[in-house]
Amino acid sequence: MSTFELSAQPREQTMMRETEAVAAVAAGAAGTFAIEATDVNIFYGQFRAVKDVSLQIQKNKITALIGPSGCGKSTMLRAFNRMNDLVSTARIAGEVLFHGRNLYAREVDPVEVRRKIGMVFQKPNPFPKSIYENVLWGAKINGFKGKADDLVEQSLRQAALWDEVKDKLKQSGLSLSGGQQQRLCIARTIATRPEIILMDEPCSALDPIATLKIEDLMRELVEKYTIIIVTHNMQQAARVSDYTAFFNMEQDRAGYLVEYDDTKKIFTNPKDQRTEDYVTGRFG
Amino acid sequence: MQTTLKTTAAPIDLPQLDLHKRRRPHEIIIQAFLFACGIISIFVTLGIVFVLFQESLRFFGSGEVNLIEFLTGTTWQPAIGEFGILPLFLSTIITSLIGMLVALPLGLAVAIYLSEYASPRARGILKPILEVLAGIPTVVYGYFALTFMTPLLRSLFGADTVQIYNMASGGIVIGILIIPLIASMSEDALSAVPRSLREGAYGLGATKLETSLKIVVPAALSGISAAVIVGISRAVGETMVVALSVGAGPKLTFNPFESAETMTGHIVRISGGDLSYDSIDYNSIFSIALFLFVITFLLNLISRFVVQRFREVYD
Repeated sequence: MSTFELSAQPREQTMMRETEAVAAVAAGAAGTFAIEATDVNIFYGQFRAVKDVSLQIQKNKITALIGPSGCGKSTMLRAFNRMNDLVSTARIAGEVLFHGRNLYAREVDPVEVRRKIGMVFQKPNPFPKSIYENVLWGAKINGFKGKADDLVEQSLRQAALWDEVKDKLKQSGLSLSGGQQQRLCIARTIATRPEIILMDEPCSALDPIATLKIEDLMRELVEKYTIIIVTHNMQQAARVSDYTAFFNMEQDRAGYLVEYDDTKKIFTNPKDQRTEDYVTGRFG
Repeated sequence: MQTTLKTTAAPIDLPQLDLHKRRRPHEIIIQAFLFACGIISIFVTLGIVFVLFQESLRFFGSGEVNLIEFLTGTTWQPAIGEFGILPLFLSTIITSLIGMLVALPLGLAVAIYLSEYASPRARGILKPILEVLAGIPTVVYGYFALTFMTPLLRSLFGADTVQIYNMASGGIVIGILIIPLIASMSEDALSAVPRSLREGAYGLGATKLETSLKIVVPAALSGISAAVIVGISRAVGETMVVALSVGAGPKLTFNPFESAETMTGHIVRISGGDLSYDSIDYNSIFSIALFLFVITFLLNLISRFVVQRFREVYD
């Protein structure tokens, strides 16, 4: 029992306002952002899942959203391409600006949003179709008219999967290993030529080697795309991301942004005590 | 700390460890009971098949008809010794085909609506109604065909073209009868498609229609095919509707507005009359039933094959 008491250090209550944390990053960044959330609140029915989050995402960088389970980081990620619309009880307040336009404005079509802002999911979810069709499907429904073979090869190459599957493009996407399936999902997303790729814990179902492959791939992709990744794995956030946003929640379970900064700073010299406690493994 | 606790504590007398096999009679009884239930259903099926074969053998053994004549003859008139099943078979095919033409698109549309589009509230209202539709006795459907569908068809196409008893009316009503079956089996198949597949499609910018028709339906195809084949079996075997509305006389015709008699309809009519046991007429209906059984049995085999062959494992 005594050891428990020892570990319960008095916590500093330096409650820095979320807006200040954001301002710190915003001040350092010149130019426009890839996407920008302002005062976003997300509700599931009566329950508030995300509270007053403002977040500016840098172009051609990897931004990691980290935090304990249930802190709303996945919900926040899904707010960037209106995936939350698929949950009938979900409701959002605030603005998400993309090319200067609010994605939640009345006249915006969520389908068009998702064509520009693609998503890779936690569990690899290739369609029960051939590898070839998997890559082509999204592009085709987006009105792709060019040479299909070229697009498939190009996308698979970009996803670092081409060499492994070039001889079996007609096989089912489900015949691949988990890591290959996830890269197929990335290829499928790339084929629709999005600007931003959202990744919701893309490696949580993968083994360490497959995980490293995906991380390498992300570093390559970020030259062309902006990537936002939600991850439970702090080493992964530290390894792969340029910026890190730390989310936390209180008793009401509403997630809020604690600190947002260069990944290096978050992991070596965070401003907020809660961030430090989290990244050093004291909770979460 | 733990170790000090152990040494200071007084030794406790544990009951002696007994790992002997124990007799659990209730387990044996339950197992025997469940086994018996399973066996009974198998024996009932075998019994039916046995009776069908036995009586059919009498029929074919009578010397009045052989299998070739039975399968290829175009007249079914027991009174003059003509036992060609084609008129009955053709009329069964036509009514079933019309039924499937009605049931397949409507049932599938209902299933897609319920699984992909309906709000939880709409689904909560619609599904029970569909189940009620499935629970209506078929004799009611029969009179529905006779007193509603037939007059409707006659007013649409003219009383000269549409006979009072006709295959179209029975077929359409069979279709309506099968909609709940197709809809609910297909809906099960569609709902079983994991959410992650739909999200994958939406995440690529697919619309709801694209997701439903190009991702969810193909992924559920094996279940939907099974639903269709079960639906066909049901249409082929449906009796009351055709007995009441299609007609009472075997006739070889392709015109759905004419009266005819299906295999099931004929069995009902003949067995309703006073036939003497082991007469040729009596035995003939068993041969029809055997033929019907072979058809549905084959359809079941096909459905099993289809389910296995086109099964898309999506996990």
